[in-house]
Amino acid sequence: MAGAIFRSARVETLRIDWLDDFTILYHRASGITHLLNAPAPEILATLGEAGMTVSALADALALEFDLPDLETDALLARLNELATAGLVSTT
Amino acid sequence: MKHAFSVKIGPVGFRIGSDWRAPIERLAELYSGYPMPDDDVADFTVRLFAARFWRRFIRPAVTIGGDFVLPDAAPLPLAQALLAAEMGMNLQMALGQRRYLLLHAAAVERDGRALLITGVSGAGKSTMAALLSLRGWRLMGDEFALLDPATGLVHAFPRLVSLKNAAIGVVERAAPAHRFGPLMANTPKGDIRHLVPDAAAVAAMAVPARPALILFPSFGYAPVRRALAHSETFVRLTQASTNYVALGERGFTALTGLVKSVPSVAIDYPDTDSAISQVETVWAAL
Repeated sequence: MAGAIFRSARVETLRIDWLDDFTILYHRASGITHLLNAPAPEILATLGEAGMTVSALADALALEFDLPDLETDALLARLNELATAGLVSTT
Repeated sequence: MKHAFSVKIGPVGFRIGSDWRAPIERLAELYSGYPMPDDDVADFTVRLFAARFWRRFIRPAVTIGGDFVLPDAAPLPLAQALLAAEMGMNLQMALGQRRYLLLHAAAVERDGRALLITGVSGAGKSTMAALLSLRGWRLMGDEFALLDPATGLVHAFPRLVSLKNAAIGVVERAAPAHRFGPLMANTPKGDIRHLVPDAAAVAAMAVPARPALILFPSFGYAPVRRALAHSETFVRLTQASTNYVALGERGFTALTGLVKSVPSVAIDYPDTDSAISQVETVWAAL
């Protein structure tokens, strides 16, 4: 999985709002509403539609969101959760 | 069907057909102050019928049918046909309503602003709505609040107020006897007695109101109040809506709009006097 590219769902399939500390996301493709908290919204925003590997994602998150201690395994677990929810795809 | 009755409740027209005369006569009596559906075209149809011919006569059992049905719903005895009609009407709304976001909530209105009271069965929605309607609030409904995604307004659905078990005595002590339907004892939902909404509630049922407060009551605890976070309210209301998923993005828009614009308060209450007092206190502080 180390070389796999993870991509966020296409932006036109997402409707995003915010309630308190939660990002609330309506996924038009599935009709499912998701309530996300950190680091899931940051992961989606950083991946983008172009996507990146998990190690590139860890570097980018560390740089952009000051999250230096993200372990690749933990990040991979979050990515797999987001993939199960249909918000991330992988190749 | 052999016997039929049509009624408009809020913006929704119903036609109820029945194999038996008695339930239709009783519905017509209790809903006598209500208008007919526009152009006599109903939005939903409910059928009360005998699944086997002889069940019309021998230990008559009322099966609930309609545009939308639950396949494994057990029939009710004829003496509980009024409950069968109510369940059938609720089912059509819960499964078939697409124009409004349906919230499983009682609603009352004062000064053009609506108070929504939601919560699980037994939380006191119907009781509080009935008692508030006897204290100057306009009853908009005890079961469903209809949120219009286009305007953010709540539309009334003032069907007969369905009182259960201990709530029956509480409201009987507060409302005149002629406003009540028959007592149906030992139904699958316990004892049931309907309260007919007052004439003012029926006369104004086409008038929507701007939501001003969402209340989550819990019965049986010492009085406590706490404000709810938007996110908690949102999750609770998705669970309290029967058609949030069916409405898709319109439901999302309607619900996020409601949650962001209206405060939510959870109240615990040991008795109805405490509940009413807390409602008035919270409302006055808005």
